Amino acid sequence: MSHHIVEVKDLHYTYPDGTAALGGVGFRITHGESVALIGANGAGKSTLLLHLNGCLIPEAGTVRMGDFPLTKKTLPHVRQTVGMVFQDPDDQLFMPTVYDDVAFGPLNLGLPPDEIEDRVMEALATVGAAHLRNRPPYRLSGGEKRAVAIASVLSMGPSILIMDEPSSNLDPKARRQLIHLLKSFEHTMIIATHDLDMVLDVCGRTMILKGGHIAADGPTEEILQNEPLLHACSLEKPLRLQGCPVCNPVRA
Amino acid sequence: MPKIESSFLDISRLDALASQRTLIHGLDPRAKIVTTLIFIFIVVSFPKHEVTALVPFTLYPVVLIALANLPPGYLFQKVLLAAPFAFFVGIFNPLLDSEVLIHLGPVGISGGWVSFASIMLRFGLTVGAALVLVATTGMNGIGAGLEKLGAPNSFAVQLTFLYRYLFVLTDEAARMVRARSLRSFGIKGTEVKVFGYMIGHLLLRTMDRAQRIHQAMLCRGFTGELRLPVPLKFSWRDMGFLAGWSSLFILMRLVNIPQWMGLLVTEVLG
Ligand SMILES: Nc1ncnc2c1ncn2[C@@H]1O[C@H](COP(=O)(O)OP(=O)(O)OP(=O)(O)O)[C@@H](O)[C@H]1O
Ligand SMILES: [Mg+2]
Repeated sequence: MSHHIVEVKDLHYTYPDGTAALGGVGFRITHGESVALIGANGAGKSTLLLHLNGCLIPEAGTVRMGDFPLTKKTLPHVRQTVGMVFQDPDDQLFMPTVYDDVAFGPLNLGLPPDEIEDRVMEALATVGAAHLRNRPPYRLSGGEKRAVAIASVLSMGPSILIMDEPSSNLDPKARRQLIHLLKSFEHTMIIATHDLDMVLDVCGRTMILKGGHIAADGPTEEILQNEPLLHACSLEKPLRLQGCPVCNPVRA
Repeated sequence: MPKIESSFLDISRLDALASQRTLIHGLDPRAKIVTTLIFIFIVVSFPKHEVTALVPFTLYPVVLIALANLPPGYLFQKVLLAAPFAFFVGIFNPLLDSEVLIHLGPVGISGGWVSFASIMLRFGLTVGAALVLVATTGMNGIGAGLEKLGAPNSFAVQLTFLYRYLFVLTDEAARMVRARSLRSFGIKGTEVKVFGYMIGHLLLRTMDRAQRIHQAMLCRGFTGELRLPVPLKFSWRDMGFLAGWSSLFILMRLVNIPQWMGLLVTEVLG
């Protein structure tokens, strides 16, 4: 199933205002892998993700999703393969009701009405939001919005899921549910996040982005144990891997 | 500040109303659009001093409000919100046109006041009908309907987005006004300079946000075409709605019903 492969080569991107956000990023992700993209604020995580479905066009370098390089011609196909969950669910939910919102993608794919109905209800059921179907999205709580935003992407039947900080703004229970949900997916996943404890649970592989470059790429346990590396990238060991603060007070 | 926030919630209420399921909501958007356009066209076509003949036209919004289960108070409030515009259009008429037109006993009403009343009535009717259209069809339905009726795709899409954009704009404005008021410690009013900054900032923020929303739409396969969950189908019921109302409008245009009834009553009494 080579069409679930994500391959990025020597990607450069500078924003129109002159901010150099990416300076030569490259990696290869194979089918079914679940990869965490971590790094300090402003490291370029969101910018990188926006390249993976053609929201931004690389200045130099290539992006390959599956068998095709990402170009204008392959864009519609790539967007169907890649489901992108944005950092702010408010940016993603714009239709009058939850149902309409989740149906938006399938409608654009030109599917027949029954099929759309099935897909929408299935996606909503997967994220546990079927009871919200007739609510207006802007009146939902943060956790509900996130769930619906994920459903709105699942309904398109993507094989690759890309998420930007999916666990931000969630309460502990909603976060736990999200983690369960993500673990149940068989999609190839790329998750940009600051929630390193979630990374431990969900992702087998971790990439650290630092100043627009890949600073490290490897198995999650190894990378998240490597304190000097994390420190150099303005990160910290996940709380679960740190000692108990009561028994071993941390040196200041 | 609460004023802006609550007016935002009020706009979203139109959306909620539009997602109801009544007989009227189930009609094809095209039938409702064309009927509304004919209604507006005919109401506007009356001569400038006409008042009585306009009154029967209230039937259309009233019947639709009842059948579509819309809250009359809310719609009335929305009409009032836009009323100042009509008010300023019409308010100079009494000054310009002071010839007495109607004698009510000792009181003479000038042509200017009559045409002012006529303008306000027409305004209320047309805005009311347009609001009823939005509240029974939804902006997405209207966009798709217009497109099917042959309006240029770009026009239909723009219209739909303008409406969505309104949400984004009021949303951002509400947040900004709140942020300012939290740091201005009860000082009433806004300095002109600060106000200027706020407007500029608001525009940039909304543009950014609109761009992100557009990106998210593209990611879900949006190609510039408006699509509805259930494809539009023009049935006999839609035809009946359109034909029935249009002929009634034309009848009410040709025959001044209140006057005619008045004549009838005086004849019977006499
Ligand atoms: N629209 C933009 N215009 C100009 N510069 C931008 C824009 N968006 C981001 N940047 C800059 O690009 C760099 C990378 O930003 P990016 O949003 O990718 O970071 P991030 O890793 O997602 O950060 P965070 O963890 O805070 O979300 C930053 O220096 C940022 O200031
Ligand atoms: Mg980011």
